[in-house]
Amino acid sequence: MTSVREGKGILHVVRPGALTTVQDAGRPGWAHLGVGRAGVLDAPAARLANRLAGNRPGAALLETTVTGCAVRPDRTVVAVVGGAGCRVSVDGRPVAWGAPVRVPAGAVLDVGPAVSGVRGYLAFAGGLEPEPVLGSRSADLLSGLGPAPLREGDTLPLGEPAGEPPQCEGPAPWPGRPTELVLPLHLGPRHAWFTAAALRTLTTAAYRVSPHSNRIGLRTEGPALERARDGELPSEGMVLGAIQVPPDGLPVVFLNDHPTTGGYPVVGVVPETALAVAAQAVPGTRVRFVRA
Amino acid sequence: MSRGDGGTNQGDDGTKVRVLPAGPHALLVELADGQHAEAFHAELLRRRERGALPGVREIVPGARTVLLDGIPDGILDGIEDPRGGGGRVPTARDRLARELLSWQLPPLHRETHDAVEIPVVYDGPDLDEVAALWGVGADEVPALHSRTAFRVAFCGFAPGFGYLTGLPERLHVPRRTTPRTKVPAGALALAGPYTGVYPRPSPGGWQLIGRMVDPAALWDPAREPAALLGPGTRVRFVAAEPERVPVPLTEAGS
Repeated sequence: MTSVREGKGILHVVRPGALTTVQDAGRPGWAHLGVGRAGVLDAPAARLANRLAGNRPGAALLETTVTGCAVRPDRTVVAVVGGAGCRVSVDGRPVAWGAPVRVPAGAVLDVGPAVSGVRGYLAFAGGLEPEPVLGSRSADLLSGLGPAPLREGDTLPLGEPAGEPPQCEGPAPWPGRPTELVLPLHLGPRHAWFTAAALRTLTTAAYRVSPHSNRIGLRTEGPALERARDGELPSEGMVLGAIQVPPDGLPVVFLNDHPTTGGYPVVGVVPETALAVAAQAVPGTRVRFVRA
Repeated sequence: MSRGDGGTNQGDDGTKVRVLPAGPHALLVELADGQHAEAFHAELLRRRERGALPGVREIVPGARTVLLDGIPDGILDGIEDPRGGGGRVPTARDRLARELLSWQLPPLHRETHDAVEIPVVYDGPDLDEVAALWGVGADEVPALHSRTAFRVAFCGFAPGFGYLTGLPERLHVPRRTTPRTKVPAGALALAGPYTGVYPRPSPGGWQLIGRMVDPAALWDPAREPAALLGPGTRVRFVAAEPERVPVPLTEAGS
């Protein structure tokens, strides 16, 4: 690989895809002001893509959704496409997925539609450097903070690579995509709002990932959970991974752009570490909740 | 706590504190009402200031709760108890839950700093409806509302949106039966016990009684603090003369 230390640059958006956003590790610590965490949904995949590109683990990169995207850097840059599996090409020629590839200045890097998983990650050596908001470059689709989702013709500043990307010896350990999503669950804080039968249903029934899932939450289809008590819950703080049950009774697992407070009862919480795989589950995937 | 079923403590003044688990790294503390939640929140901030809550990433007040999120793991969490007995070492979350239940809360000292004054024009599209619900004339709404001492109970819905309490119960109003698809930034709105000001245009079901003269002041991420109305902030609304304030270009919708 020839040297790619050519300083800062600009990334042109050729094809934005269905939903492509800039993400980093997010902006924890502001929930008391109504500001959510945001950040990459599949943190291990984003970290690995950054590492292979020679970046620090929290560098800003692109998160694609199902349909990929295409970009054109104005300087030669090393890029890594990981997360959801897909075809990758540079100016129409196939290149490696999941490993560093050299994209010459002016060439188009095309990230194809996902063949497995949902969210793809495009890391560039040096990272992306749009203006941070409250310490993060992440787009928050609920609050509108951070850079807006990519549109055709947008440009994004590329950072300066810190050094040569690490030599990649053999394939990186990207996880496979399970055909069934098993989510560990800690009951509470509001499981007492549901009948004993509903709690049994939650941990025994087969749910499916709803096509209405997004960065705010993984919505499910399946049996509705029956409430043991009516009424509204006064607004209270919500954690990442909270399983909120709206009036239709269908559990929603909160992902990174979730609201910071809410008034529907949270029957249980999926630990953060189990959410990366949830972010890659395609609509229709079977979901089982199991007691942690 | 270790079975995830929470803990309860009966306080000296007969009020209950419940500590509920919210996943492996968070606790939801539920108080009897908003005032006790305010006192508990103030105590949490005092202790954090002193370094007594290391690693707790978020302290998020709610209507009558406080959420503590991002409680770090202890290094011995969950291993077999070295003192024998076959039990497991309680996790950092469970140890903190036990500690929270033992707290004696000092009586609430409302901070003495001056209230934030927010100039508003009382000319919202729901002014007549709110006046009817209050049983007064529409011209009396501004005085009743602006003489109230408000406080930000908690935030949510959007960055910079505070849920303000202070209106006496007889002035609480229900949400609109049909929410608006578009409420302009700066709209001064009522729902239930709360008053709020929309920091940006959005759909909304609250009753609109006026508009803030300078809504951009509500939220500015480049400013420290970013939110004008953070939890605990005292607020007073000041009626401004409508003829001196331009009507915003965005329509309130119907």
